[in-house]
Amino acid sequence: MTAAIDIATVWAFIIAFAVFVYVVMDGFDLGLGILYPLFPNKSDRDLIMNSVAPVWDGNETWLVLGGGGLMAAFPLAYAVLMPALYTPVIAMLIGLIFRGVAFEFRWRTTQRENRWDIAFAGGSLLAALAQGIALGAILQGVHVEGRQYAGGWWDWLTPFSILTGLALVVGYALLGATWLVMKTEGELRDKAYHLSWWLLFAMLGAIVAVSIATPFLHVQYTQRWFAWPNIILTAPVPVAVAVVTAMLLRALSDKQDYRPFFLSLALFALSYAGLGISMWPYIVPQSITIWQAASPENSQVFMLIGVAVLIPLILGYTAWAYWVFRGKVRPESGYH
Amino acid sequence: MFEGWDAVVLARAQFAFTMSFHIVFPAFSIGLASYLAVLEALWLWTGREVFINLFNYWLKIFAVAFGMGVVSGIVMSYQFGTNWAVFSDKAGPVIGPLMAYEVLTAFFLEAGFLGVMLFGLERVGHKLHFLATLMVAIGTLMSAFWILSANSWMQTPAGYAVNADGQFVAVDWLKVIFNPSFPYRLVHMVLAAYLTTALVVGAVGAFHLLRDAHLAGPRVMFSMAMWMATLVAPIQIIAGDRHGLNTLEHQPVKIMAMEGHFQSHPNGAPLVLFGLPDEAEAKVKYAIEIPKLGSLVLKHSFDAPLAGLDTVPRENWPPVPITFWSFRIMVGMGLLMVALGLFSLWTRWRGTLYETRLLHIFALAMGPAGFIAVLAGWFTTETGRQPFTVYGLLRTADSASPLAAPAVGSSLLAFVIVYFIVYAAGLTYLFRLMAAPPHPGEEGPSGEKPTRAAGITPAAGVVAEGSAT
Ligand code: HDD
Ligand code: HEM
Ligand code: HEM
Repeated sequence: MTAAIDIATVWAFIIAFAVFVYVVMDGFDLGLGILYPLFPNKSDRDLIMNSVAPVWDGNETWLVLGGGGLMAAFPLAYAVLMPALYTPVIAMLIGLIFRGVAFEFRWRTTQRENRWDIAFAGGSLLAALAQGIALGAILQGVHVEGRQYAGGWWDWLTPFSILTGLALVVGYALLGATWLVMKTEGELRDKAYHLSWWLLFAMLGAIVAVSIATPFLHVQYTQRWFAWPNIILTAPVPVAVAVVTAMLLRALSDKQDYRPFFLSLALFALSYAGLGISMWPYIVPQSITIWQAASPENSQVFMLIGVAVLIPLILGYTAWAYWVFRGKVRPESGYH
Repeated sequence: MFEGWDAVVLARAQFAFTMSFHIVFPAFSIGLASYLAVLEALWLWTGREVFINLFNYWLKIFAVAFGMGVVSGIVMSYQFGTNWAVFSDKAGPVIGPLMAYEVLTAFFLEAGFLGVMLFGLERVGHKLHFLATLMVAIGTLMSAFWILSANSWMQTPAGYAVNADGQFVAVDWLKVIFNPSFPYRLVHMVLAAYLTTALVVGAVGAFHLLRDAHLAGPRVMFSMAMWMATLVAPIQIIAGDRHGLNTLEHQPVKIMAMEGHFQSHPNGAPLVLFGLPDEAEAKVKYAIEIPKLGSLVLKHSFDAPLAGLDTVPRENWPPVPITFWSFRIMVGMGLLMVALGLFSLWTRWRGTLYETRLLHIFALAMGPAGFIAVLAGWFTTETGRQPFTVYGLLRTADSASPLAAPAVGSSLLAFVIVYFIVYAAGLTYLFRLMAAPPHPGEEGPSGEKPTRAAGITPAAGVVAEGSAT
């Protein structure tokens, strides 16, 4: 059994990694969509869209790996969580449909009022909100009986899940704004600095609010964070958040190009680590652990071979694609 | 809303609806990705401008179709969990890894190189760009490989055991992947994708030749497409025949439904050409049939006995009329494709390939034939597998999520509305792109060569904006 335990842990980290990569990569794509209404100029919008047009599809693929990987490595968790998150997941898919087709369609319409701009912004917002709500709903815990979800299709709706929904929208918007700082010039970039500033404070507020609310959900969360000796390990997380925030404020006021984006990523990583600390070792909080949900060892081993060989390769050619389209976006390249 | 409906029926309708919208795009983009790779190779090799013009022309169309394939595919990958949770729990350990490999070997490859393929020609140089195009084409084929393996395993499960939790677990991965129906299904589907694309390319070529028979681009693409139809359509029929024999071996009940064999025929079964299958009376009404030919096709002997649905308990019958009719539609399309190929061969031999209007009209009418055949084929395959999700082992009724009908019904309604808005717009844009002939100096999606102002080309405005956009 020990081998099975180890490999389930490895898979938990792989899935967590895929989801994290998704969150930050599609996070800035979705963030750009969320910020879209604040940039009414057509030329700005063209530029914003072109800054991610070559890479958005690759970014979104991590979501498919997260979902598909969950089904493969933890089928029980997939089978319980998807019906529990039914409404937010469907809403997310619909949001992603509108956002995804807008990348192509907005260049093809002949109408003056570009409705695909609305689809892009609305789809991004819906997807981000739904993902945040889904996260909150998972943290809250879901009603499980036997091997099945046993709640209703609106159980996910609570003030807490709405809070996490909004928090993720703010977080994505911050990633989007700092991405723009990195990829654009002139007035557009100045506006992005300005937005980043406000969004950073909003994001901090969200982190604090979610951190305060989470321990109230379950005593286990409280014990995980505050009981001795755990606190030795958990205390550095808020400290690191404070440090990164300070650096981010510096980078913004010094008008740095690259740092704000990467520091925002660091902020996401810390929040994500915090989530992991709360959830571990449950995959459906307080009812199903990763070992209970794990698929048979031979399925996990079979996939692990593929992951070990292919993920480095994927990271390699993904990096190459980013490298090809590096630097500031110019009006004359990308879609027309 | 939807109180009193059957949640499983709604979930099946939702899967059929979303899958049907999805498969149309893979069928086209698998073929088109390979076609683009061929066009770019021809351009690099011969240096002829017509090839790069055609490449850029179809690349813009590819970008739109691919985008729609991606968004509808993401929906599919979450459908298993949302609507088929019990299936996911039980079959996940076997099906899941196959789909995970699809993501790792196919989706990332496609998505990773797509950006360079669409926008990178001037940035990375010709050779690297060709590599990107090739990777995208290979990615689409890999994707077909894994997903068809997963689907085939559900049709003809092999290499598995059942564990204490009632889950299917793999005993032998090679047997799982290369399960008995997989090779046939893979060949049949990839050929179907190539034919589908060839017929669309041929129809677009014919459309422009009908207006002006001297255009270089349309002539080249029409000729290429007709070669594909001529060569591949007959191969597809042979592949289909083999596929059917394999199905007879592993899923005989599906064949009974496809053939409309309600009764057993101890000495030679007829081939039912047309008729109205009536499940209540267990017979095909108004049947037009050829005696003994059924046994000849399926058993290669006039007098071979064939069992009928009367040997199968009713609760294990698939829906006969859908299976029966969709099969005939597919075969009919296949025969028409062969006819088109032969007609084009005849005009080619006479030297009038680009002038024969009747051929062009025929090719234009056959534009959607591949899509129709693909959908009909999948309906045959999937309804013929009923009432099981994992054939003979897990019933469809026992596979669904523990959700009430209102949840499933509302999401179905939402998908219907969203798909109709999005697809109506997408098709409008695709038709508009195809309605303009490729021209010298055709630009790619990035408008990189030659640089021009934002907006679409004036000629592309020929088709009016659809009401749905
Ligand atoms: C024979 C081929 C075939 C079949 C039967 C299916 N697909 Fe598909 N799918 C493709 C061939 C394909 C493709 C060629 O790889 C696509 C189409 C266009 C595209 O963008 O990639 C694709 C896209 C695509 C995507 C988006 C990939 C991305 O982000 O780039 C997902 C998640 C799925 N599919 C999932 C599915 C699922 C869960 C299916 C079954 C229920 C399914 N597909 C059937
Ligand atoms: C590619 C084209 C496909 C089409 C057009 C298609 C079509 C359909 C249709 C029409 C149904 C409903 C059948 C009925 O209820 O009578 C169905 C069901 C289903 N199909 Fe497919 N399918 C396709 C591919 C796949 C693949 C690749 C998989 C899995 C890997 C799959 C898995 C399922 C499942 C789980 C159901 C739901 C349960 C059921 O009704 O059997 N399908 N599909
Ligand atoms: C004309 C001769 C043809 C024959 C005899 C034939 C035979 C078959 C059979 C027996 C099946 C069902 C296999 C099963 O479910 O186990 C099938 C499925 C299918 N057919 Fe055909 N077919 C023909 C033509 C075509 C054409 C022209 C196309 C498309 C261009 C096509 C596309 C498909 C697809 C997509 C499927 C579902 C996937 C699969 O099971 O392979 N077929 N065909």
